[in-house]
Amino acid sequence: MVPLLPDTVAEVSKGLADHEYLADDGLATSIFLALRLQRPLLLEGEAGVGKTEVAKVLARWTGGELVRLQCYEGIDASQAVYEWDYSRQLLHLRAVEASHERVDEDELYSERFLVKRPLLRALAHEGDVPPVLLIDEIDRADDEFEAFLLEILSDWSISVPELGVVRADVPPVVVLTSNRTRDVHDALKRRCLYHWIAHPDFERELAIVRLRAPHVPELLARDVAAAAEALRGLELYKPPGVAETIDWAEALATLGRSRLDEAAVDATLGTILKYREDQERVRAHGVADLVRTAMARGA
Amino acid sequence: MAVAFARVLRRSGVEVPVGATLTFAEALGCVGLSSRAGVYWAARATMVNRPEDIAVFDRAFAVFWDGRAATLDAVELPPEEVIIALDVPDADEAEGTDDDVSADAPVVTLRWSPREVLRQRDFALYTPAEFVEARRLMNDLRLVGAARPSRRRKPSRAHRGAPDLRRTVRRSLRSGGEPVQRAFLATGERNRRLVLLLDVSGSMEPYARAFVRFLHAAVISRSRVEAFALGTRLTRVTRELTSRDPDAAVLAAARRVVDWSGGTRLGEAVKQFNDEWGIRGVARGAVVVIFSDGWDRGEPEVLAEQMARLARVAYRIVWVNPLKASPGYAPLAQGMAAALPYVDEFVEGHSMAALEELTRVIAQ
Repeated sequence: MVPLLPDTVAEVSKGLADHEYLADDGLATSIFLALRLQRPLLLEGEAGVGKTEVAKVLARWTGGELVRLQCYEGIDASQAVYEWDYSRQLLHLRAVEASHERVDEDELYSERFLVKRPLLRALAHEGDVPPVLLIDEIDRADDEFEAFLLEILSDWSISVPELGVVRADVPPVVVLTSNRTRDVHDALKRRCLYHWIAHPDFERELAIVRLRAPHVPELLARDVAAAAEALRGLELYKPPGVAETIDWAEALATLGRSRLDEAAVDATLGTILKYREDQERVRAHGVADLVRTAMARGA
Repeated sequence: MAVAFARVLRRSGVEVPVGATLTFAEALGCVGLSSRAGVYWAARATMVNRPEDIAVFDRAFAVFWDGRAATLDAVELPPEEVIIALDVPDADEAEGTDDDVSADAPVVTLRWSPREVLRQRDFALYTPAEFVEARRLMNDLRLVGAARPSRRRKPSRAHRGAPDLRRTVRRSLRSGGEPVQRAFLATGERNRRLVLLLDVSGSMEPYARAFVRFLHAAVISRSRVEAFALGTRLTRVTRELTSRDPDAAVLAAARRVVDWSGGTRLGEAVKQFNDEWGIRGVARGAVVVIFSDGWDRGEPEVLAEQMARLARVAYRIVWVNPLKASPGYAPLAQGMAAALPYVDEFVEGHSMAALEELTRVIAQ
């Protein structure tokens, strides 16, 4: 019962929803196509809209292992693909020498001393269910690494000079995310399907809050989702993402609120707005006003 | 159908590689043709790969699917004056001048003497022929951003620093497993990202056409450069400027910038840069160069606030103000006065010599 080749987009939406992720039609279609066409899926969007979450929920849904590669500047093959376990190699050499045997180089560079990093792990995976490979924040890695990645994503194979070529039996499900700090190279984009995740609308955001924070009273969840929507219209430096909305709802619920009120918003503004200037702007705009708008919208 | 739609999309200005059309066709096979939403999302996932194109895509899709005769032709037509301001008619002008600057070999020697004069001359006083000449000089400029330590390490010959275990193990094979010869790694260096913000408002017009060539020279000579045009709003022109042919590149950039020679709202434009690009990562640790005369029709407080934000993430801010070269210049323009406290280097940039000086400042 490997749900890897869904028949319809609806099946994808349902599968993800069963595992606590509410995708809109666009995202569900992209995921559906990525699975059917066995293509990597490149996700871009504002921080906190749930890009990384997509890979996690795919892993939960398909039952594949989640293999995560967090990119950063200067990442190279030894951190992304494989490395040799040098200290063990050295120990082994000493042991061989102590027993007066000859040192065999092939033995030293055998799988026994190989440390598999995420990319190799994802390709060398054995079993029926392919792993979900999450390549997070690809824009942080440098161009050279991207070129290298391109090769892997088109051939589903990596060559380890000392061992030979490792080829995936079943290609992994690949999700790449980017925050757009720079353009991902066109060649890599061409390999991938692309989806821009936007902030959810009110109804969807409400549903997400209800799903992810079930203990939050419904009325409060409505108020919070409406307030988040209103905040996004205020030209803030960092409009709140869904992640912040959920945090905020939980914070207010922890404080024992069942509706939004001015004092509570004022006290918890830091959970949803992370810039001093943004907080000032909202206070200048009027917290009472925000609460009123939210309650009217939520009702 | 896939091919037909790809054609519509290309005509509206979205780059669609052939591979994407094939993928789209395949995707249609999966989602079927029955619902508009299915086809729409299949097309968007396979043929669009940056958010800027989504609006154009939506219009094109509406035209194609709904058969609506929408405003497809009105999409991003360059305003008339752009071409006049930028497209220097090389051929005509070159013929008009006495020392006929064509591509013939003997002319090369002739070009040297005017060069020196040209280097010092204010861009605003250039004749079109001199302008053509300046572009050649511009192509010789090599921009190197300030270096900073990289996280990527490289093997070193020195006997200090972090141990390079990989090479040490290799070498110890020679000595029967004893790590006699140890190897080390040294920290590498990388150039900082260079972000160029060009004010394209009316008051900057005499200089903007020279600076846009400078931007082009910068973008094609290095990989980590981002270029933006600041007018009443912000336009990213990095992609347009990547073409090797300077005229084609500058024309493409001018097409993209719809508010060329319009008004200035510097504060708003810098804010837009901060919000959409800068704070998120483009300006972080970067050398940011702003080409502007500092005339701002917006509120100076807005610009001051945005410059403060930018200064908090950027490595250095260089402000290039061509008016600074005029005798008796004082930064009295409201915008300039507001921005100055956050500027690390304030330079002239009004002539080739000044631009050469700028490349030196950037490399510091």
